Amino acid sequence: MINPYINRKYIIGGIVIFILFIYFIKLFAIQVIDDKYKLSAENNSKRIVIKHSARGLIFDRNNKLLVYNEAAYDIMIIPNQIENFDTITLSDILGITQNNINKNIIKARNYSARKPSIFLKQVSAKTYANFQEHIHKYKGFFVQPRTLRKYPMKIASNVLGDVGEVNKKTIEKDNYYKSGDYIGLNGIEKFYEKELRGRKGVELFLVDVHNRIKGSFANGKYDTTSVVGKNITATIDANLQLYGEMLMQNKIGSIVAIEPKSGEILAQISSPTFDPNLLVGRVRSENYQKLVTDTLKPLFNRALMAKYPPGSTFKLINALIGLQDKLISKKTHFGCSNGYHAGGLTVGCHSHKSPLNLLESIQHSCNSYYCNVFRTIVENKDYIKHADAYTHWRNLVVSFGLGNKLGSDFYNEISGFVPKASYYDKVHQTENWKALNIISLAIGQGELGITPLQMANMTATIANKGRYYIPHIVKKIEGRKDINPKYTIHHYTKIDEKHFTDVINGMELVVNGGIGSTARIAKIQDITVCGKTGTAENPHGKDHSIFIAFAPKENPEIALVVFIENGGFGSSWAAPIASLMIEKYLTDTIKRTYLEKRMLDGNLLKSE
Amino acid sequence: MRRNSNILKQIDWVTVFIYILLVFFGWINIYAAVYDDNHQSIFDISQRYGKQLIWIGASLFLIIGIFIINHKFYSFIPFPVYLLTIFMLIFVIIFGREVNGAKSWFEIGSFKFQPAEFAKFATSLVLAKLLSIYNFKIYKFKNIITITALLLIPFILILLQNDTGSALVYVSFIFVLFREGLSGNILLIGLLLIVLFILALFLNVLNLIIGITLLSFIIFWISNRNIKQTLIGVGIFILSGLLIWGITLLFEINLLESLQILLAVLLSSAFYTLWLIRNNLHKTLLIIGFAIISISFVLSVDYIFNNILEKHHQSRINNLLGIEFDPLGAGYNVNQSKIAIGSGGFLGKGFLNGTQTKYNFVPEQSTDFIFCTVGEEWGFIGTSSVLFLFALLLLRLIFLAERQRSAFSRIYGYSVIGILFFHVVINIGMTIGLAPVIGIPLPFFSYGGSSLWSFTILLFIFIKLDAHRMELL
Repeated sequence: MINPYINRKYIIGGIVIFILFIYFIKLFAIQVIDDKYKLSAENNSKRIVIKHSARGLIFDRNNKLLVYNEAAYDIMIIPNQIENFDTITLSDILGITQNNINKNIIKARNYSARKPSIFLKQVSAKTYANFQEHIHKYKGFFVQPRTLRKYPMKIASNVLGDVGEVNKKTIEKDNYYKSGDYIGLNGIEKFYEKELRGRKGVELFLVDVHNRIKGSFANGKYDTTSVVGKNITATIDANLQLYGEMLMQNKIGSIVAIEPKSGEILAQISSPTFDPNLLVGRVRSENYQKLVTDTLKPLFNRALMAKYPPGSTFKLINALIGLQDKLISKKTHFGCSNGYHAGGLTVGCHSHKSPLNLLESIQHSCNSYYCNVFRTIVENKDYIKHADAYTHWRNLVVSFGLGNKLGSDFYNEISGFVPKASYYDKVHQTENWKALNIISLAIGQGELGITPLQMANMTATIANKGRYYIPHIVKKIEGRKDINPKYTIHHYTKIDEKHFTDVINGMELVVNGGIGSTARIAKIQDITVCGKTGTAENPHGKDHSIFIAFAPKENPEIALVVFIENGGFGSSWAAPIASLMIEKYLTDTIKRTYLEKRMLDGNLLKSE
Repeated sequence: MRRNSNILKQIDWVTVFIYILLVFFGWINIYAAVYDDNHQSIFDISQRYGKQLIWIGASLFLIIGIFIINHKFYSFIPFPVYLLTIFMLIFVIIFGREVNGAKSWFEIGSFKFQPAEFAKFATSLVLAKLLSIYNFKIYKFKNIITITALLLIPFILILLQNDTGSALVYVSFIFVLFREGLSGNILLIGLLLIVLFILALFLNVLNLIIGITLLSFIIFWISNRNIKQTLIGVGIFILSGLLIWGITLLFEINLLESLQILLAVLLSSAFYTLWLIRNNLHKTLLIIGFAIISISFVLSVDYIFNNILEKHHQSRINNLLGIEFDPLGAGYNVNQSKIAIGSGGFLGKGFLNGTQTKYNFVPEQSTDFIFCTVGEEWGFIGTSSVLFLFALLLLRLIFLAERQRSAFSRIYGYSVIGILFFHVVINIGMTIGLAPVIGIPLPFFSYGGSSLWSFTILLFIFIKLDAHRMELL
């Protein structure tokens, strides 16, 4: 019997061959031609685990610990591994609301369902231990250890700076950083970020579809170990810093103390300040908001960023310039009749003996004397125009490190303001302005804007008789022989060394001259303190109280400025505080407890 | 009798050899797919490869059993076996155990068993028995009903177990029916429906229906070569359309445009048929039938897809057709599977060096997606070899089937071919994104006793029948 449909075997055989041939072509395409699957496979099965390095510690000049690390734990999730769990218990363990649990999971899922993301940042070791006991109940959760900064002494928040997560901009600029990394945002933490951060390590793992680690990738060939950050020794004296912060409580202003013979910053206080621990961990963002919106601006580092008129302390500079230009001498006398009167203009002064010589002018802080000095400088016949004489004057002023950034190891240092001649051209709309137009510069008023750091450096420069090291905050970096050489080079003013003696002698009289001396209150037994008061006029309210000083006279170990906003006379707050700071630093004890108590209790924040 | 003495000579060793190669290569890949450092012994029966080894061993006994049993026995048993299977299929729906959402397993102790696997075998036998009855005419209405019933009963029962994959295997019997004389038009209609199905998902339904209507007129014109009649037809259609449109406006019936067109086609067809009653009716009716069935089909596909299918089914189909791309959702399995196969490259990563399959990126990597392991570890060389082996096996089986003198053996042989081919096409196709993800195993390859045994029984009964082809008529 011949089967009528026998030829259909060819059709069937043909279909088999045809379809399998299509498969053959497709396999050739995805296995041999197309490369994208190979790449996908790599990304699929490789997980990069970052091993974060602990940041370096920070010590004070006496090796007192200022900053250390504390373990904290980020709770991570891989969203698509999460199975149903009891949110009530979890919210109890972690101390967050159930609502937040759901919100965080959704957030993580929106980022990626398969990749790990942070569920809850920086939980404490205690919470971590508690959670670890229950972690088996929460599929898809795991814990990643991190380190957080801790500040045992709760001081110097603006000096040390804070640490936070890197922002997008930084990540784009510097490929070292990945989202979620920590970075120094301010102060030492920022300036010495590269030293402090150490080096992250990576470990490559092979993972399965559930992101479970199955073994190391290529036997660890591409892994790198993490390197702990370098420890840093700061120049500040923790005890002095702490004492200064105590003295400054309930006052607005700044103290900067420098060791003249090295340029090392011994204390740098900006008040009001805050506990640096506030900006650590999960409370950080909330506290940051509070600090940012605080009307007293605790985050504003006044020591580096506030421009103040130096007031009468600036008379020392004018005296030195007068001496340098041989326009005055130690014996030059000027009279004072309760002020300086010229061409309908009056600069007031308090009553003291008249006429007086250079030293007495410093002792009594005579306004009239310095108006005369300044006028002589600006009207110097050696120059055709007053503006040229002024420019000469300005050059000498700037040589004290005023009007420009000093170049310290703080990123947020500002340059301050010492006006150029062209500035006055614009203000007066003529190049032929007169000395009297700018006479307030004679007594450190007017347009002058000097930062406390610059004023402290100016003081140290006088103590050193005309030379200074750029002030700096870091004394030693672990593993390095020297700090940046720019901090060990002398800078010289354009004033000859010999002229400083008279001014220093004048400063000695300010404190130790007896009746008529403006800062008798700053006198310390057995220590020769040289100082100068300042009272800066403030158009917005009560005068600022200023005092610069160094001690001991013969071999200065500390030079400092105290600046108290709205503190009135220099002698009312700034001078005593400066004096206490010197006493504390040089003798480590305070004998004048009555004065200390008055300063500690003084509250200038009370609204009238 | 001489039968027993020379059976070994009569066995088709080519097929047996291909079978051994496939089973062995399959086992190696199961080993690789579930391999981990803690369990390295190939005899570790706590692992899948260890178990598979037991099942391979048991298959040997099955084969011996099949050869010992008298070949005539197989032509006596179809109906009892079929009935038994039907009972088991009903039974499993009631008492079965649910695995992966499909209630298709019996569990007796640690022994698990899937009746659906054996239903294919039983259906093959009963189909062979029925079609080989002397003077059986496949195109007789009564016979078509009987065949349909025989195929539909197990199909529906398996569908009720929620095991869509195994149920769809019944489509493969179309091969057998085709070989035995089913009109080729049915295959063409099937093809047409698939094309319409895909188009219905790709295109706007309204446009598609307008297209079908236009196409019908064009076909009509080509087949008639009579422009006048065609224009009359178009005219009648437009008038009907206007009529229906007017009615919907008049009675303010809210009717879909596509349904309006369908009604217009129906109405105009009725008019036209009346008008043409004495003319070339047969051909015209065919074209009208084409238009009506196509439009109805498109509309129902659209309706079923959007209103009856669940979201994840929709997504799977959309992913397959490339309408939707969602590598982490419905397309995840296929995407991962393609990555695994693609990453193997030309030569593969080498035995046990696959990362995608070993680390579970590919789902079901020892059962339905075992082909991924082949692709990843053995590369294009491996995958094309497997394809080649299957092609060789199928062509060899066609050759064997055609040399049978008995219709029963031949028909049974084609059932085996159809079932194997369907499994191979769907299983490999889904791993490379050319077929929908239907969970059916790769014959002889995939892990699992039920599947290995049922394919072994299926194949070796045919080899046994073939060995006795000279004695059977």
